[in-house]
Amino acid sequence: MTAYEPVIGLEVHVQLATASKLFCGCPTTFGAAPNSQTCPVCLGLPGTLPVLNQRAFELGIRTAVALECRVAEVMKFDRKQYFYPDLPKGYQISQYDRPLAHDGHLDVAGGEAVKRIRIRRAHLEEDAGKLLHDPNEPFSYVDFNRAGIPLLEIVTEPDLRLPEDAYAYLVELKAILRALGVSNCNMEEGSLRCDANVSLRPSGAAELGAKVEIKNLNSFKAVKDALAFEMDRQRRVLERGEAVAQETRLWNARAQTTEPMRSKEEASDYRYFPEPDLVPFHIEAAAVERARRELPELPARHRQRLVEAYGLSAYDAGVLAQFRPLGALFEQTVAHYPKPKPVVNWIMGDLLGYLNGRSQDPETLVFQPAWLVHLLEAIERGEISGKTAKALFVEALERQRDPQELMQGRDVRQIVDAGELERLVDVVVSEHQKSVADYQKGKANALMFLVGKCMERSQGKANPQQLKSILQRKLAEPREAVS
Amino acid sequence: MSVVTPAEVRAVAWLARIDVPEDRLPQVAAQLDDILAYVRKLQAIPTQSVEPTSHVLPLSNVTRADQPVPPLPAEQAVRLAPDQRGHLVRVPKVVDVG
Repeated sequence: MTAYEPVIGLEVHVQLATASKLFCGCPTTFGAAPNSQTCPVCLGLPGTLPVLNQRAFELGIRTAVALECRVAEVMKFDRKQYFYPDLPKGYQISQYDRPLAHDGHLDVAGGEAVKRIRIRRAHLEEDAGKLLHDPNEPFSYVDFNRAGIPLLEIVTEPDLRLPEDAYAYLVELKAILRALGVSNCNMEEGSLRCDANVSLRPSGAAELGAKVEIKNLNSFKAVKDALAFEMDRQRRVLERGEAVAQETRLWNARAQTTEPMRSKEEASDYRYFPEPDLVPFHIEAAAVERARRELPELPARHRQRLVEAYGLSAYDAGVLAQFRPLGALFEQTVAHYPKPKPVVNWIMGDLLGYLNGRSQDPETLVFQPAWLVHLLEAIERGEISGKTAKALFVEALERQRDPQELMQGRDVRQIVDAGELERLVDVVVSEHQKSVADYQKGKANALMFLVGKCMERSQGKANPQQLKSILQRKLAEPREAVS
Repeated sequence: MSVVTPAEVRAVAWLARIDVPEDRLPQVAAQLDDILAYVRKLQAIPTQSVEPTSHVLPLSNVTRADQPVPPLPAEQAVRLAPDQRGHLVRVPKVVDVG
């Protein structure tokens, strides 16, 4: 039986973080009322002229530089022509033969080795409108608010081999885009969209097999699942001795399958031609150089620094570099509480646990480093128990308040006074003589029962380890009280 | 010499959503041929040393600042469409997305 090798390429559409659209001044606010953000330009009314948004242009260059692309000296726009109800002009303004940038790469940790994924091109284009469907009616509805929203399309070479590679590429790309501040990358809002191309070829063959494009991938997990399904489907087709049809398929997340898309247009005859309403753009080498100098620290470098400067594990560094608010919280906390180990443990354990429990994106985290510093200091001074600290941490997250402030005027401080603890133990011992006797007869469990009773009486404010040692000492003493 | 075939006219007409009756295809093909022959004269000009250009105006890098301006009111925007419901434009059902 022939072994097949999958060949995968990805096309990612990123919404650039601008206040206005790509070629007109309409606002880009997400979630506005239908058709409340349009104008004659983005509706394609006769006699209007598009003018390029300077900021979208700059964000595109910044991204291209971060992806190690060659930025074009001259770029131009073209019309990609097709009819569809979400496309008001009958064409999309995109870039065909002179894109903004080309020939870049992105290094992705895949398994043990780092894989270099080549970026074929990155180009600017406008988004289409949004179609709404009512299954019970013979109509569809169009909201043109998205029409004209600035997108950067980033296309890889077919360098990916596994669904996991595709997933890792997307995670890394998203971390870079967020570090650059060029997009909010919110998949629910359509700010980051991905199409995947996959084909199989006999292992070792040079030429590519028939390519299937998969659309409707609305999460990174969907990309991974759809690719795994599609590879398996194509393998079965080939093993039956049939040919894979070159086509576009849609991912059905509910059924976990891909389905052929009913063709809306004869295979991509877009008749691109230069957009006569937009003049060409020259990009000076100095502008590219400036963009390069102004790049922030990118996730790969950040990971490396976290490992080297703080001795973090590769895994922890990876998570902190992937989500900027977590990385910033870590570094700013360590600046005032220079013990990386407990700090990273709180972030990776309690904080991520809290966020995961609420399905909250770490990017949306609001938490002051000073709050974590105050919490860690209080633990270190023995003022609060570990259990109290965990509860305070969650409360601080929920109420957006400094744990120190929350502690004030509240009796949460741990009982550290030895005399107080001794008195507490004495009361419990005198109330539970049977357990004391059991323990002294050798029932080890009885000791933990007594510790529990002491904790109950202290309302959780005593330190169980301390209680345990006091109890052990007291119960080992000659029992003058009962003699 | 005919370059444009009736089949090409049919394909292009469909792409442009123009209705060209089957019996007129050869005639339109011949007319398009004439137009192309006219433009083809330009091919006699040596252009090896000329940069391809999409614009004749000495203009480049025309941009605008990223400043939002008030959009059209929704009712005004959708009124331009042949059919609407509320503030949405109504169109014949399309099934596929993408």
